[in-house]
Amino acid sequence: MSTFRSIVFASVISGFIVGLIVTVVQQFGTVPLILKAEVFEKAAETHQHDAQATAQPAAAGHDHAAHDHGDHDHGAGDHDHGTGAWEPRDGFERNAYTAAANVLTAIGFALLLAGFFAVRSGATGARVSWHEGLMWGLAGFAVFTLAPGLGLPPELPGVPAAPLLSRQIWWLAAVLATAGGLALIAFRRSVPAAIAGVILLTLPHLIGAPELANIETNVPSSLTHQFVTAVTVTSLVFWTLLGGLTSAVFARFDQRA
Amino acid sequence: MSQSQLANAQVTLPVAAGQVGRLSQALMAMVLGVFVIGMVGFSHIDVVHNAAHDVRHSNAFPCH
Repeated sequence: MSTFRSIVFASVISGFIVGLIVTVVQQFGTVPLILKAEVFEKAAETHQHDAQATAQPAAAGHDHAAHDHGDHDHGAGDHDHGTGAWEPRDGFERNAYTAAANVLTAIGFALLLAGFFAVRSGATGARVSWHEGLMWGLAGFAVFTLAPGLGLPPELPGVPAAPLLSRQIWWLAAVLATAGGLALIAFRRSVPAAIAGVILLTLPHLIGAPELANIETNVPSSLTHQFVTAVTVTSLVFWTLLGGLTSAVFARFDQRA
Repeated sequence: MSQSQLANAQVTLPVAAGQVGRLSQALMAMVLGVFVIGMVGFSHIDVVHNAAHDVRHSNAFPCH
């Protein structure tokens, strides 16, 4: 079997399993908190619409979608649900899409992991053990959750944040710098490389994530705190499972090559 | 390159040649992975955002 096929098969199998497990974990951890926050978010939206409607009583053909777009990404009331685009219905449909998105995300990250496993086992000649895979999973947790989460903590719906694109760019920069820094420390065992690695790890945080000057939200901070914990722990489960499982499944497919 | 040279190259560089094939295939798979993650987690298309909404929040991907 070609390396590419081994990677894809291993990633689809382990991504499917881990995606479904994480969907179940989220139903107890993050999803109830998201639903609670949406109650506050919707209340704020209604309030905002009422306020704007009374402030501009003469505005003919009052267009809700228009002022939703107006301050997009800036205020509490700019949730995309207000723009009228399709969205899954609450309940089974919404959870089915969440499960599908979880599976796809897990497959995507498994493709990255298995790609590294293939390069690694090709270079060393030994297959990547489940334990080494788990270590790679922990690295993934540090790179994709811990590092970006320091600057951009997991956010609930209804909590205003800096413009989306700027946060996505910072997120990506933090991920790349953290991955590069860890790689320098782990694979180039020299003092200059270690120093460069630590600098890379700290650089995105010295620059700082984009944030709003003042945040007004009626989502309680206790809810936000619970959410940060839930996301971080769920992500730890996700990455350790994905690292261990992907390496084990990939090793099986790769052996039959 | 003649047949004998080609055979010679394959005999003398089997590990390196295999490595390059493995590396490029691994890179292809990783690009595919980045594409999938980018679509689910970062696409600005409203419909994609709404479908993956809870996952984006749960993964702490920047959302809204």
